Amino acid sequence: MGTLSAQEAADGLKAPEAIAVLRAVQPQSKGSGDARKALETLISGGSKNLLPILKGFRDSTPLAANWLCNAFSGIADAETTAGRTLPADSMLAFVNDTAESPIARRLAYETLLAGDPSLKEKLIPSMLLDPSPEFRRDAVTMLLENAAKLEDSAAAVALYQQALKGAVHEDQVKTIAKALRDAGQPVDVRKHFGFLAQWQMIGPFDNKDEKGFAVSYPPESQLDFQAEYDGQLGKVSWQPLASEDDFGVVDIAKQIKNFKGSAMYAATAYQSAADQTVELRLGTPNAWKLWVNGKLEFEREEYHRSSQMDQYVVPVRLNSGANTILLKICQNEMDQDWAQRYQFQIRVSDATGAAVLPASATASRAAGVNQ
Amino acid sequence: MRTPPMFNLFKTVKIVMTCAFLLVAGRSVDSADWRQFRGNEANSVTQEVLPTELSGDSIAWKVALPGRGVSGPIIIGNRLFLTASSGYSQDRLHVLCFDSESGKQLWERQFKALGRTTCHDKMCNATPTMAGDNERVYAFYSSNDLICLDHDGNLQWFRALGSEFPNASNSLGMSSSPIVIGSTVVVQVESDAEAFACGVDCESGETKWQIDRPHAANWTSPTLIRGSGDRPSLALLQSSKGLTAVDPETGAVVWNFAKGASTIPSATVSGETIVIPSNGLTALTPSEDGASFTEIWNASNLSPATSSPVVMDGLAFTLNSAGALSAANAQTGERVWQLRLKGPFSGTPIAAGGHLYMFNEGGTAFVVRPEADKGTILSELDITEDVILSSPAAAHSALFVRSDGSLWKFSRP
Repeated sequence: MGTLSAQEAADGLKAPEAIAVLRAVQPQSKGSGDARKALETLISGGSKNLLPILKGFRDSTPLAANWLCNAFSGIADAETTAGRTLPADSMLAFVNDTAESPIARRLAYETLLAGDPSLKEKLIPSMLLDPSPEFRRDAVTMLLENAAKLEDSAAAVALYQQALKGAVHEDQVKTIAKALRDAGQPVDVRKHFGFLAQWQMIGPFDNKDEKGFAVSYPPESQLDFQAEYDGQLGKVSWQPLASEDDFGVVDIAKQIKNFKGSAMYAATAYQSAADQTVELRLGTPNAWKLWVNGKLEFEREEYHRSSQMDQYVVPVRLNSGANTILLKICQNEMDQDWAQRYQFQIRVSDATGAAVLPASATASRAAGVNQ
Repeated sequence: MRTPPMFNLFKTVKIVMTCAFLLVAGRSVDSADWRQFRGNEANSVTQEVLPTELSGDSIAWKVALPGRGVSGPIIIGNRLFLTASSGYSQDRLHVLCFDSESGKQLWERQFKALGRTTCHDKMCNATPTMAGDNERVYAFYSSNDLICLDHDGNLQWFRALGSEFPNASNSLGMSSSPIVIGSTVVVQVESDAEAFACGVDCESGETKWQIDRPHAANWTSPTLIRGSGDRPSLALLQSSKGLTAVDPETGAVVWNFAKGASTIPSATVSGETIVIPSNGLTALTPSEDGASFTEIWNASNLSPATSSPVVMDGLAFTLNSAGALSAANAQTGERVWQLRLKGPFSGTPIAAGGHLYMFNEGGTAFVVRPEADKGTILSELDITEDVILSSPAAAHSALFVRSDGSLWKFSRP
């Protein structure tokens, strides 16, 4: 690249301000007018703005990242259409810098990949534990493809075990678990995903006509695992319940009784290694409320619109040490076959979907709840 | 496949001769366009003349698409816009723009979904059809991300309705398509846990109005009664409770039909008749000033399945879950004939030039000529092994349809 002209330098000076404008956009379209002008400035500046834009993704809001993404694509499109080359070396260095935004790194990678398909073989194998779930998925896919080609079962097992370390998606973990189990190897899927399997449960409380969702039963104000309360069908007390399911499903309908029109509470303790933000990922076909350390994090009154792993993702803040997770789960009185499920699954993960395991099961038990 | 030069000339002359520009709320709308779900008037009717004999020769072009998509294309002038979604979690949002004459891709922009992306396997994040006007296009997704771009792909505003209203979602997926009325994008976001409709300013992306809606899962799309004379345009919002007419500028409720309605196929408007998938099929007519309505008939034997009803030349058409096409007198609701087609159908037929055009889920196209006493299949063409769940579009003498992986244009060979 040659020396910048005065005009180019002036344009370059505009880029940081323009990027700052895009980073400042707010929900409800606040800041969009300024962002449109900033976008125009960045795109008219051409390829010299590509790297600053990519770096602007770091710690940006998801909304701002979409504006930055549009600015990057607008420039890359125009440059490619005009037959000009992109700053491939610096973009490649950016892709390899795992401290940068996973979204921006992926954007740069796919832009480079369009012009150089060999990049996949060069970059992806080293991305098994990448902060980007998309890179991890690609790396796992490569290992699975290689393992499937091997006739040496020991070598294939080694590849599957390697792949499992990076896998964060249900379909890939299922494929790996089946292959390893078929080869006689143990796989702890529940631990791999960080599902919470040990619970204390109490109920049923009344949820006839779906009215119990809004009722604050005693466990919502105080967690006393020695207490006994008036429930829907008589006195109720806390009972331990463990899930043996690979995916941590606690099947209330199967393991206790399918009390129609009822509400149950499930509590567990989680020993966090540090003050940290994690994601509680929940799957359930039932209405639910979720508290962490007594704070209501989310509630959703919806019944029987399917149940999937990671159906709901709730970012929460954990304290170092013991934390209490409380779930209220409600069943209604629909009588259709597909409306009989009464279950939940919860796991603790980071933003990539990789498990964040408790620091110590022993400490959790000491907190008063089995985990 | 390239269109023969002579036909291009023919089309150019024809477009110049027949193209009508409507003035809607001060904005010109080329009636040959297809600017939103079910067309400019959101009623699946176009005045365009389409090929009635479909064959391999009538496929002008076919292009590959990324990811998945149940949404249909929109066409504004010679540009075709379409959404898709991809990624393990369906969280990659695509907006694509093609030259509708050649099929050449002009640009693609991608975004990250900011709302929930979980869907039933049959659906995907790119299920709602986008909408557009002379300056902008509005892409909407199951994740409730509403994205406005200019026609060159430059972001104008981004409303993350899925994160602004995190309980307004459905794990089976959302499918309601936005419509543009004047300077307002009308959006319905309705689920069991949270439900609202809103009018978003086309230029600024700011909310002009927002109203609570029945808390119940709803996959229907808004439609409209176009204003004329002293009668203002109205947005029609359907739900399990019925059909509500609102002022698209303010969201004020003008009238309410409260006898319940389907949550999948959507109401359609033809002249002075509003046909609602309600207790079978129910027809209303608005008063002269638009402030009220009169129920004119109900036919319990005309229940549409997934496809929305269509009205053309005095006949109301519905497709049931078995693939039977029913035709009824649009003035009385009396069913006059049925025609067995190979179903099932998810997309809504297009009514054009006295013919119906429809694609079943198995990838077969049908052209049906409806008459007063019978319907006749004029053309039937298997175009793909892929599944087609989208509604087709018709613009500038051509028919367009997409599957997950492909987009086709049909025109006269």
